[in-house]
Amino acid sequence: MHDNSRRKFLKQGGALLAAGTLSISVVELAFGKGSEDRFTFAYISDSHITQIKGNRFVRNWDRGLIRAVAEANLLDPRPDFVFYGGDIAQLGKPEEIDHGLEMLAGLRGKVHYVMGEHDYYLDLGDYWRKQLGPDHYSFDHKGVHFVVLNSILTHENWMHRKWDSGMDRMKQMARLDNPNGQPFMVGDTQRDWLKKDLEKVSKNTPIVVFSHSPLQKIYKGWNFWTDDAEQVQALLKPFDKVTVLYGHVHQIQTNQIGNISFQSAMATAWPWPYPATYKQQASYMPKLTVDMNRADPFFERDATGWQFIDVHSGRVDVNYLLPDNTNRTVAFDEKAGHPVDTKYQAEVNRIPPQKHY
Amino acid sequence: MMIKLAIALLFTGVAGSLSAAPLGLPPVPIPENNPQTAAKIALGDKLFHDARFSADGKVSCSTCHSQAKAFTDNLPVSKGFNGLTGTRNAPTVINAAYMKTLFWDGREPDLEGQSKQPPINPVEGGLPDHKPLLAVIRKDRDYVRAFRGVFGVAADAISMDHVAMAIASFERTIVAGDSPFDRYYYAGDKKAMTAAQIRGLAIFTGKGRCVSCHTIEQTQALFTDNRFHNIGIGFKKIHGREAQTAEQFLRAKRKGADVDVTVLTKQTMSELGRFAVTENITQVGAFKTPTLRNVDKTEPYMHDGSLATLEEVVDFYNNGGRVKETDPVSGFLSGGIRPLGLSKGEKKDLVKYMEALTSPDLERFTKR
Repeated sequence: MHDNSRRKFLKQGGALLAAGTLSISVVELAFGKGSEDRFTFAYISDSHITQIKGNRFVRNWDRGLIRAVAEANLLDPRPDFVFYGGDIAQLGKPEEIDHGLEMLAGLRGKVHYVMGEHDYYLDLGDYWRKQLGPDHYSFDHKGVHFVVLNSILTHENWMHRKWDSGMDRMKQMARLDNPNGQPFMVGDTQRDWLKKDLEKVSKNTPIVVFSHSPLQKIYKGWNFWTDDAEQVQALLKPFDKVTVLYGHVHQIQTNQIGNISFQSAMATAWPWPYPATYKQQASYMPKLTVDMNRADPFFERDATGWQFIDVHSGRVDVNYLLPDNTNRTVAFDEKAGHPVDTKYQAEVNRIPPQKHY
Repeated sequence: MMIKLAIALLFTGVAGSLSAAPLGLPPVPIPENNPQTAAKIALGDKLFHDARFSADGKVSCSTCHSQAKAFTDNLPVSKGFNGLTGTRNAPTVINAAYMKTLFWDGREPDLEGQSKQPPINPVEGGLPDHKPLLAVIRKDRDYVRAFRGVFGVAADAISMDHVAMAIASFERTIVAGDSPFDRYYYAGDKKAMTAAQIRGLAIFTGKGRCVSCHTIEQTQALFTDNRFHNIGIGFKKIHGREAQTAEQFLRAKRKGADVDVTVLTKQTMSELGRFAVTENITQVGAFKTPTLRNVDKTEPYMHDGSLATLEEVVDFYNNGGRVKETDPVSGFLSGGIRPLGLSKGEKKDLVKYMEALTSPDLERFTKR
């Protein structure tokens, strides 16, 4: 039975579009082992739809999302669902959320959403929840337990401080390197919920967690960070296979902490440079964050993209679709025990990290 | 300073090449395994014009790439043997030597690869394979002598690779710069362009956003980024049926259908553009940016020859990649294509500017 469905998948997948995005070796690897169902889903993230005035919106961000939707609709075999990784809006305005959802309505099939800070800090997520429902939930699909967390909350007293307006609060949170900003967190309430949610799940059930911010600590100045990451990780530790998929960073990141694989998503809007890490030597140059809406100013989609995700044997391979660029695949390597970029894994082939802007 | 630079360009980096770079162009890249020689270029010239390499004996390279028409045929789509038509407009050979990929969808990486396909395409040369072509050459005493001289091969060892190398060498001499724009921009001759053309250049690099893809650099201008973009041309034909068309194409390709044949004979599949070659779904409907040099002489325009004049081209871009403002915008449209809001005068100036991209010495190509 399983064999049959796998063979069917291979036959279709080999013949159709997936073949163009999946390297043959990944397909073989996936079919050479395991008995779980294999399935795919698309992952689109960080569109930052920005209202200029009235029905005028920043065109480039619109086109990025529209194009990702059009391309995702070409996937064959059809993905089982689409996941949206947060930050539909730039400033959380109802107009922006609605305009974004209108474009996302073009997707074939079910879409799941996670809250981004740009969706949240204007009205503390009221409009988003009104349109899309709860901001944390779980569901099961073909033997995998999926969990969605709102990871961009922060200290209650900061959120509920006496602000001039919700927009004032939003603009504080929308900035990078902002000394008045606050670290993201999942918070006690959701962690209690997560603990209870996971109690019913057997330890050998593969878990995939969706969050907007990385559930790991990368760079605090840009909130590539979740303050209670270790506590969330501790709840996920007892499970055999765990993957955390997150948006927010607008760049390809991959990591493994214990049993947990971390993979990020590209934005459809603009790329961020890689942030400096604590390992770099102290720089005495003045610190400056330059708005970089595109890596190549003559190519409006440069360094943006979306993802086509292949789940097999409870492991997650992320295929990055990068407009007019070499598509990349970061696949879970059973031997290495962590996700590996199938192309850029050798030291000599590695792209040197970007220094802080 | 500008003049010095131009002169320096003429004599640098063209070792092995017989042609120095004209003003506004870099040295012609010559592959190491196919150096230029006078005899090889002459042989390529002859092969380029030989109509015997087609099913009806009437179609040569020069049928669709005619010297008298700036190395195009000035037809919307090219006519092959028995008057059969394909799906795509013949691009000019002038400055093709600088292209990083060949054909509108870039399915060949170099000139050597390009010239092998048309003779055996069912709507171009119409030959079943390369054998009849090689048979003609091997029986022709002049050819046998020339191939021996150039490649040191006996008649029965002449291969399609030799033919393609000779044709490519000839094509690498079809290079033209030194346009009024080049003289204005790179040689500092402020009188080389008219006032309208100078205003048009400002539109080209500014409000018109043309230069994003049709690049102009500090010392040279190829007017192409060598990339592939979905600008909305022809894509309406598969609007709403992109997925089915892509699926049908891939099914056929998996069963062994040839890309060159499919895209030139199947109208809808042709519109898949670069995707047909790479199968990358971020390249659906994307076609290569053509050079704009001599564009005033290479009408009609676009991969399907659907726009007759430069005025129509400007209107198309001004409408954000639409012939009519009421036409639908595809989700696959490149994000760089957007309504430009050009005034009538600005559009006129832009056309005038493009007329300044014509090289003065195109007649030298028609001497033979």
